[in-house]
Amino acid sequence: MELIFEISKKGRRALEIPKPDVPGRSYRDNTEDATVNPLSGSIPSKYLRNTGLMLPEVSEPDLVRHYTALSDSNHGVDSGFYPLGSCTMKYNPKINEDMAALEGFTGVHPLQPEETVQGCLELMYKLEKSLSAITGMSRFTLQPAAGAHGEMTGLMIIKAYHDKTHPRRKIIVPDSAHGTNPASAAAAGFETVELKSSEDGGIDPDALRALMDENIAGLMLTNPNTLGLFEKNIREIADIVHDAGGLLYYDGANANAIMGISRPGDMGFDVLHLNLHKTFSTPHGGGGPGSGPVGVAARLEPFLPVPAVKYENGRYSFDYDLPDSIGKVRSFYGNYGVAVKAYTYIIRLGFEGLKQASVNAVLNARYLMQKLAGVYELPYKRSCMHEFVLSCTFMKKYGVSAMDVAKRLIDFGFHPPTVYFPLIVKEALMIEPTETESKETLDRFINAMLTIAEEAEKDPELLKNAPHTTPVTRPDDVAAARKPVLRYI
Amino acid sequence: MSGYISNTGADTQEMLDSIGIKSTEQLFDEIPEEVRYCGIPDNSGQTEKTELGGIPGPMADMQTESYIKNLAARNKSAEKLICFLGAGIYDHYIPPVVRHMISRQEFYTSYTPYQPEISQGMLQAIFEYQSMMCSLTGGEVCNASLYDGASALAEAASMACRATGRNEVAVLCSVNPEYRKVLKTYAHSGGWTVKELLPAICSENDAIKRYEAQIDHGIAALIIQSPDFFGYIEDIKAAAEAAHSSGALLIVTADPLSLAVLEAPGVLGADIITGEGQALGNPMSFGGPHFGFMTASEKLLRKMPGRIVGQTKDKNGKRCFVLTMQAREQHIRREKATSNICSNQALNALAAAVYMTAAGKSGLPETAQLCYHKAVYAYNKLLETGLFKPLTDRPFFKEFALESSIEIQKLNAVLLENGILGGCDAGRYYMEHKNVWILAVTEKRTREEINYLAGIISDNFGNKSGVVFPWN
Repeated sequence: MELIFEISKKGRRALEIPKPDVPGRSYRDNTEDATVNPLSGSIPSKYLRNTGLMLPEVSEPDLVRHYTALSDSNHGVDSGFYPLGSCTMKYNPKINEDMAALEGFTGVHPLQPEETVQGCLELMYKLEKSLSAITGMSRFTLQPAAGAHGEMTGLMIIKAYHDKTHPRRKIIVPDSAHGTNPASAAAAGFETVELKSSEDGGIDPDALRALMDENIAGLMLTNPNTLGLFEKNIREIADIVHDAGGLLYYDGANANAIMGISRPGDMGFDVLHLNLHKTFSTPHGGGGPGSGPVGVAARLEPFLPVPAVKYENGRYSFDYDLPDSIGKVRSFYGNYGVAVKAYTYIIRLGFEGLKQASVNAVLNARYLMQKLAGVYELPYKRSCMHEFVLSCTFMKKYGVSAMDVAKRLIDFGFHPPTVYFPLIVKEALMIEPTETESKETLDRFINAMLTIAEEAEKDPELLKNAPHTTPVTRPDDVAAARKPVLRYI
Repeated sequence: MSGYISNTGADTQEMLDSIGIKSTEQLFDEIPEEVRYCGIPDNSGQTEKTELGGIPGPMADMQTESYIKNLAARNKSAEKLICFLGAGIYDHYIPPVVRHMISRQEFYTSYTPYQPEISQGMLQAIFEYQSMMCSLTGGEVCNASLYDGASALAEAASMACRATGRNEVAVLCSVNPEYRKVLKTYAHSGGWTVKELLPAICSENDAIKRYEAQIDHGIAALIIQSPDFFGYIEDIKAAAEAAHSSGALLIVTADPLSLAVLEAPGVLGADIITGEGQALGNPMSFGGPHFGFMTASEKLLRKMPGRIVGQTKDKNGKRCFVLTMQAREQHIRREKATSNICSNQALNALAAAVYMTAAGKSGLPETAQLCYHKAVYAYNKLLETGLFKPLTDRPFFKEFALESSIEIQKLNAVLLENGILGGCDAGRYYMEHKNVWILAVTEKRTREEINYLAGIISDNFGNKSGVVFPWN
């Protein structure tokens, strides 16, 4: 497809700018000559732009056609099944979008006087209460902009907590953890200690016990973990960490399995983040915006970022008076528009609806696992929660990889599962169907997977050259990284 | 069922049979009893009564709408007020095409484009965004976005420490206080330090002395904002020379719209250029979601945080786009990654690309110029009231600061009563600038609105017997 710069033509424009109604040289006088800065004579010339501006010149219909054509080559949740493991690609309700787009939210400046933003503050306050109830935590901050940002914030809180008494600088992270866990630990100034998974894909309490000492600030855990397996020994694990003076961090990436079923606060976790863009149905936006609220147990409340929202005498306000706060991790109050979407979802479903979402997420995953485990390898023979991991090592003998299976699924109209993750499973396919898919969709996916398994044996080239139905196929990643072309010149 | 779940009772039964269990409760057998929250629904969907407080609902769609609309109606938005408030977030016009294009489900319901064959739309759009941002800022490489202007600046500082092997950055106090606060949070956890350079407001000559103040400290980077928090345009070239003379990098955080008329920081010697992208096609939204942008000189590419899109060819030789340079990122490098960032603000960056395309090569400078002329008009109108005094004669762009003879809180309260959202009270952030008022004037403000602002101030605070300044 042509780039927007390639369809540009000098003289075309989409947006009509109003004529100035105040004194000042009219831009019309000088934009004819693109080399003259419109503000010359007003601002000292050493500050003015002399460098050309490479922006498109297109009409509004050109613009709309261009972006519509681009969107046509993108697969979204509305396009079809998106079983991307650990990403919770559930349906994004339209009502959420409309509510977040209300002018009463989008048109509000973050520094407006509190009396003019009572609606915004009330929603923040109530969302915080709801998330606390769902997770069993004491308080939340909505400031972190994404899951990894939440992890970093949570770890900063853990660090600040220990610094009050005895600084601790190490964090234990299981080898099955999301890549953001060790990266966030490093960003928060911790050294990572890796914990090997046990035979059954979980945490071995004895191995954990052996790692604990007075330098261990805490353990980061996803539960259910990235294999989709629930840590059965969670209470014992919590005791081991707490007895050694450490804290437990809950990575909420997989919280879609447990809403209304089990609460991290009751499992013994001290800090957690949730991904509103996973569990609470807000869209992923092609990479973002997300939102990663952080919840803490009561003893960690003093360390939360500022400001907190409080409610007193019938009035909502911001509270900046938290002397032990870690500070701010982002300007203002987080991705507020995303919070509006999540709160809309929560009140639309209510507690019972949220619980049904988790029940059906697990039902759908278990059904898929049951149907596929006979043909694909199931590395850990346990009942999965909302996602599961299969291995494609048996296809090696045909020269076929997990990536080939993923690419072939595209020809069947499906977005591929997460591939090559978690790292502890070879040739991994990580599948998360979510609750919003119908049995018919799941059955079509099962059929596609079984067909592909047959194709791997009978016609491996078909897989190795897949996808066959897309505008481009198998981009050269190596060339892209070796000689980077990162902008149009 | 919520309406978002398709499984019927019969579907559920079939699936349970196929799994070989009798009830949905058995799906959770692996969860030990002691950490179960409450009763698990059985086949009929019945649950035990719970005592989970704090969650309203369930509500029907119609009720949900009224409930949320009622909350929205309890805010006074800038559509109902005349907004002169800025301080990093601005009330700019957003053409309808922006919302229409980013509302294409193929964009907004998609995930990060890890599978290029079915993500070319987002990948190409980001590539085009990167190209526009490089041109606008004068950087040579650009990432696919960061969370916001504040965290983008903190990431830039951390990147400068990695690139130079030094562990202190110097930041002017004229940089947005919210940004400096975030910078300190990141510094504390990243193990580097932040040195703040005073004064916050100074003359042009003193500005250059301020750039030079850091030279003997062996810092990783000098951080400036242009236009700064008070609206003044910084001498980026002089700052770059001062920084480079001590082997430090220059980081500039900039208002992207200003760069349509002001020289690109990269051209003037800045090594890393970041900023808040909200002004480009994103609504104020109570402070988010917007996006942080980051561009840099090519030699810093491998130190950059975040996703980057590159051009390549597919196996048939066709041009296409992929996420590239991934060896820097958390999903490959884990604890050794350049940053922990995963989700970014891609849709907001897409909004910016659509906005810049709609405004285009001539429209973006025209918009910037309108802001400037209206700001100058407002500046003069306010000085005419006799109630304000300029702080320096340095040039500004769309925002300016005035010393006020009126207590700022009182001033803003009177304006609010008259439907005006007044400027930022600098005293909120600067003890030493209690009477400083920072006003932003965008292209949306009209001559009538500006006259009205000046009129309300004169009517309420003007002294018929002649103005008395506290400083006279």
